[in-house]
Amino acid sequence: MNKDYYILAIETSCDETAAAIIKNGREIITNTVASQIESHKRFGGVVPEIASRHHVEQITLVLEKTITDAKMSWDEIDAIAVTEGPGLVGALIIGVNAAKAIAFAKGKPLIPVHHIAGHIYANQLEQEFEFPLLALIVSGGHTELVLMRAHGEYEVIGETLDDAAGEAFDKIARVLELPYPGGPRIDKLAKEGAESIDFPRAWLEKGSYNFSFSGLKSSVINYIHNKNQKNEEIIPKDIAASFQASVVDVLTEKTYHAAIEYKVKQVIVAGGVAANSGLRNSLKERFLSSNIPLFIPPISLCTDNAAMIGAAAGFLYEKEVFAPWDLNANPSLILK
Amino acid sequence: MKTLVIDTSTNILGVAILNDTELIGQKVTKVNQDHSSRLMPAIVELMKDINIKPENLEKIIVGEGPGSYTGIRIGVTVAKSLAWALDIPVVGVSSLESLAYQAKLRDGLVCTFFDARRENVFAGIYRVANGKVTSVKQDANVSFLNLAENLISLNEEVILLSPDIKKFEDLMSEELKTLAIIPETPFHISNPSNLALIGLDKDIADLHQLTPEYLRLAEAEANWLKAKEKGSD
Ligand SMILES: [Zn+2]
Repeated sequence: MNKDYYILAIETSCDETAAAIIKNGREIITNTVASQIESHKRFGGVVPEIASRHHVEQITLVLEKTITDAKMSWDEIDAIAVTEGPGLVGALIIGVNAAKAIAFAKGKPLIPVHHIAGHIYANQLEQEFEFPLLALIVSGGHTELVLMRAHGEYEVIGETLDDAAGEAFDKIARVLELPYPGGPRIDKLAKEGAESIDFPRAWLEKGSYNFSFSGLKSSVINYIHNKNQKNEEIIPKDIAASFQASVVDVLTEKTYHAAIEYKVKQVIVAGGVAANSGLRNSLKERFLSSNIPLFIPPISLCTDNAAMIGAAAGFLYEKEVFAPWDLNANPSLILK
Repeated sequence: MKTLVIDTSTNILGVAILNDTELIGQKVTKVNQDHSSRLMPAIVELMKDINIKPENLEKIIVGEGPGSYTGIRIGVTVAKSLAWALDIPVVGVSSLESLAYQAKLRDGLVCTFFDARRENVFAGIYRVANGKVTSVKQDANVSFLNLAENLISLNEEVILLSPDIKKFEDLMSEELKTLAIIPETPFHISNPSNLALIGLDKDIADLHQLTPEYLRLAEAEANWLKAKEKGSD
């Protein structure tokens, strides 16, 4: 493409109502995120019906701020992109229908984007991709190792067999009675604690790039239960540090070995759990001595946002992958 | 004034375009609840058919509920997104009031209701007099029996209208006896043009403030409030 192009992107797959304008799939012009976290806190997790209600209330406000901040006219917008899935169906529906309405009103093509592709392409806002590329996606809903040999080509070489990494963090935070959202709390507590408890690491069969966190979760719960029964003191910060170390070890080692085996030119990390400082440090250390460059986007681009959707839409825009007006939310959309 | 009307509050999907109160075209289907994929194609096809472009639209009127939560969210989201992008006004209208307009030709009581599950209905009671429709009892989420009692206490013949009439017809006749007037099925399907008759006179809502009329808290929120009340006792 010789001409610059601008995409207005919308993301409503979970509990953030977000919109962004992205230039050439690589540069953020504006990026707006209205988080609902304060509202869901009282329930200890995201309530789908409440998330959907907030999205309807927020959607045009977020869009207005995005366009106003960009100081752009509609003529300069080339396409509308939206998260098609996966995610909460009622939440996705709001973004999809808003995107369709706006694309129709303004005569713009509509680009459907996979949420995980979005997380991967958040990295393209920082540097160019070089293939083959390995992406570790870790969030509340996903734990996947994805191999990319070209733009838009995804091969899932490993995934979780049970809980997602972020889900494990949330569950252990609940056991430790930490307020929602639990991930950042565990991370903070882990910094103060010692890795003194030997929780299991689920390596699975040799050469497997799959993950499993349910055994670890049970092990932590059993440990606390036993301590309680024996009336022994529980040290939450040590539990947090030991639990986090177990998760981080497995994520780091599997990512490293996959990177070597597939001879990748880049490793990128994406998703909400990529904000975890333990994981960031461990990965940086592991890849330091290798000659494979590791990229982790800034924390604001790790959590859900629309900038990443606009980045992933860039390549689709160039290839003219446009959706018809009957585009629907697909809560279990597969990355391929 | 060219107005687009949208109603997706029940399993009926209705869109219409009017010039003031004169209908230019409409599309009504009652197939399933897949409004999310079907609403935009319905709008696009209707506008193409009658040769109206998005930029020709001057106003949007939407059925704001009550009804299916997902359904009214889709209608309201599309209505306010279109209105925002086209920079035109948008108005929300009660989906129950619009259904009451089906009985506008005869003076008397009209009760409109949608199935709200668990023996509940979203219901409104209206009176037609001298060609005007006024509210007798505000739209509310009530138990079916509660609604029947209300109607019996009014002790007057009442026209019952509901897209879910099949489910409630026998029960209603049993409760209301000769007071119940239940017309044939087509009358229970709201004509989207009704919304325009109501909405053309209604004050313009602040686009960003327009939200669905759920008439009911989300279950998690209701439970949370209950627990909080208990805690403060
Ligand atoms: Zn995400």
